[in-house]
Amino acid sequence: MISTEPAVLVLEDGKRYAGRAYGARGRTLGEAVFATGMTGYQETLSDPSYAGQIVLQTAPHIGNTGTNDEDLESAKIWVAGYVVRDPSRMVSNFRATRSLDDDLVSGGIVGISGVDTRAITRHLRSLGAMRAGIFSGDDFDLSDSEQLAIVRDAEAMAGRNLSKEVSTPEQYTIDAVGERVGSVAVLDLGVKTSTLRYLAQRGFDVVVLPESVTTEEVVALKPSALFYSNGPGDPEASERHVQLLRDVLSEKIPYFGICFGNQLLGRALGFGTYKLPFGHRGINQPVLDKTTGRVEITSQNHGFAVDAPREGVVDSPAGFGRVEVSHLSLNDNVVEGIRCLDIDAFSVQYHPEAAAGPHDSMYLFDRFRDMVLAIDKGEPQTEIHSIIDGKNQ
Amino acid sequence: MPRREDIKSVLVIGSGPIVIGQACEFDYSGTQACRVLREEGVRVILVNSNPATIMTDPDFADATYVEPITWQVIETIIAKEKPDAILPTLGGQTALNAAIDLHKHGILEKYDVELIGASFEAINKGEDRQIFKQLVLDAGADVARSHIAHTVEEAVEFALDLGYPLVVRPSFTMGGLGSGFAYTEAELRRIVGDGLHQSPTTEVLLEESILGWKEYELELMRDTADNTVVVCSIENVDPVGVHTGDSITVAPALTLTDREYQNMRNIGIDIIRAVGVDTGGCNIQFAIDPANGRVIVIEMNPRVSRSSALASKATGFPIAKIAAKLAIGYHLDEIPNDITKVTPASFEPTLDYVVVKVPRFAFEKFPAADTTLTTTMKSVGEAMAIGRNYTQALQKALRSLEKRGSSFHWEPLDASKDELLALASVPTDGRIVTVQQALRAGATAEEAFEATKIDPWFIDQIVLINEVAEAIASSENADTNMFLLAKEHGFSDAQIAALRGFGEKEVREVRHILGVRPVFKTVDTCAGEFPALTPYHYSSYDLETEVEPSDRRKVVILGSGPNRIGQGVEFDYSCVHASFALSDAGFETIMINCNPETVSTDYDTSDRLYFEPLTLEDVLEVIHAESQSGELVGVVVQLGGQTALGLAKGLKAAGVPILGTTPEAIDLAEERGLFSKILDDANLLAPKNGTASDFTGAVTIAEDIGYPVLVRPSYVLGGRGMEIVYDSPSLEDYFSRMDGQGIIDPAHPLLVDRFLDDAIEIDVDALYDGHELYVGGIMEHIEEAGIHSGDSSCTLPPVTLGREVIDRVRIATLSIAEGIGVRGLLNVQFAIGQGILYVLEANPRASRTVPFVAKALGIPLAKAASRIMVGSTIAELRAEGMLPVVDGSIVPMDSPIAVKEAVLPFKRFRTKDGLIVDSLLGPEMRSTGEVMGIDRDFPRAFAKSQEAAYGGLPTSGTVFVSVSDRDKRAIVLPVLRLLELGFDILATAGTAEVLNRNGITARIVRKFSEGASSDEDEPTVVDLINRNEVDIVVNTPSGSSARADGYEIRAAAVAADKPLFTTIAQLGAAVASFEATREGFDVSSLQEYAIARAARL
Repeated sequence: MISTEPAVLVLEDGKRYAGRAYGARGRTLGEAVFATGMTGYQETLSDPSYAGQIVLQTAPHIGNTGTNDEDLESAKIWVAGYVVRDPSRMVSNFRATRSLDDDLVSGGIVGISGVDTRAITRHLRSLGAMRAGIFSGDDFDLSDSEQLAIVRDAEAMAGRNLSKEVSTPEQYTIDAVGERVGSVAVLDLGVKTSTLRYLAQRGFDVVVLPESVTTEEVVALKPSALFYSNGPGDPEASERHVQLLRDVLSEKIPYFGICFGNQLLGRALGFGTYKLPFGHRGINQPVLDKTTGRVEITSQNHGFAVDAPREGVVDSPAGFGRVEVSHLSLNDNVVEGIRCLDIDAFSVQYHPEAAAGPHDSMYLFDRFRDMVLAIDKGEPQTEIHSIIDGKNQ
Repeated sequence: MPRREDIKSVLVIGSGPIVIGQACEFDYSGTQACRVLREEGVRVILVNSNPATIMTDPDFADATYVEPITWQVIETIIAKEKPDAILPTLGGQTALNAAIDLHKHGILEKYDVELIGASFEAINKGEDRQIFKQLVLDAGADVARSHIAHTVEEAVEFALDLGYPLVVRPSFTMGGLGSGFAYTEAELRRIVGDGLHQSPTTEVLLEESILGWKEYELELMRDTADNTVVVCSIENVDPVGVHTGDSITVAPALTLTDREYQNMRNIGIDIIRAVGVDTGGCNIQFAIDPANGRVIVIEMNPRVSRSSALASKATGFPIAKIAAKLAIGYHLDEIPNDITKVTPASFEPTLDYVVVKVPRFAFEKFPAADTTLTTTMKSVGEAMAIGRNYTQALQKALRSLEKRGSSFHWEPLDASKDELLALASVPTDGRIVTVQQALRAGATAEEAFEATKIDPWFIDQIVLINEVAEAIASSENADTNMFLLAKEHGFSDAQIAALRGFGEKEVREVRHILGVRPVFKTVDTCAGEFPALTPYHYSSYDLETEVEPSDRRKVVILGSGPNRIGQGVEFDYSCVHASFALSDAGFETIMINCNPETVSTDYDTSDRLYFEPLTLEDVLEVIHAESQSGELVGVVVQLGGQTALGLAKGLKAAGVPILGTTPEAIDLAEERGLFSKILDDANLLAPKNGTASDFTGAVTIAEDIGYPVLVRPSYVLGGRGMEIVYDSPSLEDYFSRMDGQGIIDPAHPLLVDRFLDDAIEIDVDALYDGHELYVGGIMEHIEEAGIHSGDSSCTLPPVTLGREVIDRVRIATLSIAEGIGVRGLLNVQFAIGQGILYVLEANPRASRTVPFVAKALGIPLAKAASRIMVGSTIAELRAEGMLPVVDGSIVPMDSPIAVKEAVLPFKRFRTKDGLIVDSLLGPEMRSTGEVMGIDRDFPRAFAKSQEAAYGGLPTSGTVFVSVSDRDKRAIVLPVLRLLELGFDILATAGTAEVLNRNGITARIVRKFSEGASSDEDEPTVVDLINRNEVDIVVNTPSGSSARADGYEIRAAAVAADKPLFTTIAQLGAAVASFEATREGFDVSSLQEYAIARAARL
């Protein structure tokens, strides 16, 4: 049975939403954001990119299919807090091994249910993502003004570096599946299990590196390519990783990045990044591939974006040659991918590994592999670029 | 790619009459398509034989052909109109089959017309079972093991491999017609035999059984750039084994992990690619083994379907509209999302609510029919509801059915747990309530799952509803918390009242005092991510409402709810027209309805749409919300059939202004005593009659009036419970059947009328504004009185009524309109027998024939009525040009004749023993839809109506005749004419004797009850029909002794798909039309008829 214990969601602008305690009891603070996917709550919760965020699911029923070990995108739940309308009372799925409630409680995730999630979503859409807190148990009894003060004291997402919190403490390797193509050094800024699996399935030995790794250590691995993962936080606060990327690119090591890895490539190339009003978090986001004119339905989870010219080819302000924006959001024209024309580097803002979400963009992993193969074979630059931009497919 | 410049005109093929499996969802999709194409500057030519549709309104196309949908007729239209392309994917299986025929007969090539929406190759790949199976396997997906059979013997052979039970699916049929589960060889033989007959290619697919698996559907769209989106996932609550049209379904899918869902999505995209649908949508059905997740693709439809209409309403993504744009060349990313306006259509809607669809059945109309649900669709309509969670949506959907017993209830249990579980193990209408009762009776969730294979999550939701009911019943006070809990889970005031032992009104009053009222949320395709510009709302007991204030004067229009026999698309037509007319007149129009198949629930139709149950509670809450946001002028109740009309009193009592005819005046027409007074005052006669609320009373009255009598409950539509009763035992039998249905009680007594034998029935639709009567049309029934007007064919103008009769009818109609105090529409049914005009009934509301009148004579009755309701006079509407100067009572001599014919669903229904249900017409309506034939004279018009309804009459062959004694005299002339036309005549002994004495050579054939002769040299008529040796069957019912014989004959005729005439009047009309049929048909568009009409004035 669903709890009847009270809980409250408090936003930094003073809005309060009364509901029922869900998951662990206590208090939690974070940036309130909404995610619109109708499937894949387990993947969402275990996606390290959500670290520091109180995630609201717009889908009303959450938890119906329970949880299992296969669908985890990392070892634990990362969200700072969880807001749902109707948590499931039971689990129905042949793969389920436990309930979502179990995971939330054991993970110490404070949540709230029974609130008007649509009203909160509309509020965040109009005013933008903001700091928030969930209070239940003893913390529910704090006064309204105490709770609000606690929320307002919390650290804002802008300017925040969370990479240390989510990255692996130790380097580890996943062996290539099938015929080996090469090795890829993955900078773990909050990488998802699916990403690592798909890279390995493309024939790469995947060397996962802690975020503290140095240029020398990366170069010493002699990887076929470097990969920057998705992850939480403000790209502006990750100057060290930007510099690392610049150094590695200067060593002519090819690069592929996803999400945070796209923002950091943008910064490495000399472009700015900025915070979106309420971000893109869903699995129905249409993205235009500017080269092919094709639309792909993508999985997205980002609150920041790259500020680069959307049309034409421009020179990298940081001196990495010509660059172009390769993908755009069809909803709001935000940059969703960039590609270099004079060095072997490209990245996308969305999630080709999906999980949760559609598999429309899985081809990017193939492109990455084909790029590495072409470089190994010593193919000319033009050939390599026609692989990256999809003209070859 | 922008729109193709080479397509300047498009022929859109509609879906024809409403039948089970193909209902008004195709009026919705076709209307959207026509609208889009015209907006794009394309000349639209439309063919659809169904006059009740909105798409056949002459405003929606440049040339509208209400003509039979056959390749021959379409060729004539193509030759005349020379379209650049044909769009066949929005008119259901009918349109798709017509397109295949056009292709096969070389018509497309001959006239150089292109199929758009789907190519012939794509249609073939999707519909041909064997090709499709290979294609699914190539896509790396799985199918059920199967074999194709072309004969019954082949099928029996294959069954040895597949094992029983197995599924039989005929190729190229819709709504699962002819398909079913065979548990034994005997069943297999019967189902395959039928299926081979139903399949235009004489083939059936036999499949391994996947009974009890979870069933899902995806709605996909793809453009020529290969951009593909999944618009919606739909989960069937009833597992595999029940046709999706008969299942309770929910959107989005609620019991899939992302992995399972994405796997299904990938398969779907691979299939739509492989089939090659690249300018439109398709629907793919999947089965998932709950034990291990194995996915099987069941089938795909390379066209817009019933599910896509549901998906459009469920998501706000207008599939048909987008499909029409793709068909003329656009890509998905070039089309804006209708609701947000700023984001593109190349995305996948996400829902922050739950949608539940429940089917509505009409088994009560076919008492002999087996009510078990199978893979052959049997429901006649559906209701959809939107809630913020499943329990809310489910309970709203169930009460939207407007059917006693369809909602969960907590009355004392009337069966044991085991009995209820046994009952629930067979899928039938209302099984979900049985499950709920079983759980109440102590069944565990596991037991309920074992009995039904309904996913445990859905079972648990019913457990939850029972727990909430318990909490409501045991709550100390009816306080805010109790109400909020109840409303969160969709309990109606009526349910709360029953649980707490109060009246519904009191519950509502308390709730309102406590301030517990719903808010209204918006269907926006994007879960709130972007602002929605289209006010498409649903209620929920939540925090924030999204109803925007408005400074316009508002009119609320109540729709007609789920389609059912007797209340279908005709009423939606009237509601939609009212919305258009009132919008043109400057009002803000607000539609309330719960039927996802309709045009009225298209968010483009009215200024605001509320997708809500049509119960007093739900309607009052919408009205309250709208009253808070601006000035409400009133509510239109007379266009939405009995559903809307039934709410009038309650609304008025709650202080809501009712537009047009007042509830008190409505009572005058419905209440027998009051109505008699009106007739007396006007010197009009009704058949001798009385009312009774119990059997004893009824017998007294019947004996006083004299048998036969016509009995019917008051306040029903479609002749529900209406029967002709010949003696008092039959009357007793009638009461025993009506008992417990809550239809007859002192407040709603039974009406008992003398039954008029051999009278001609006349239907009149008219407008009255308090000063003037405007007759829309006077329709003459072809069948004699006693056949429900909805099942009877009729002609407009009348073809056998003299001017004097028409004048009497007109004057009588005026007196009745005045007497009742009609403001708006009035329908009166008369009968004329031996020169005496009787008034059978008067209904101060839109009738089923309003759209027919509009198509036949060009008189927009529904639009005019809605204007009269808000104060315009007929004189003003005439001056404005909305109404023609001359009304429809006198139609000029050279006007065309329009014939309406009913379409009956007997083929769909079987008895428990697998026999066809009886197909006799009677006073209770059983038709699902209608067609119109229009031409220069009656024989041609009638011939067209038969062609459109039944695929045409044979012009040569063998006619079997067997009639009752009272018809023996009347049969001679028509049969003589048949002989002259070259038909062979077969008759049973009695009928043959009469014919032979009249010089008509008729071969005698044995009755079914006589059995075949021992050497089988002399088969019975049923044998002959089964052997395909009879082309037309004429059988009129006689006394009860011969009833069984008649039944066997009619059942065989229906099963063999042979034209069947059960009245002499029908036969007479048919005989006249044979010659017209032989000549082939000319075609004229409604627009051409309008020009000719204008020229005559």
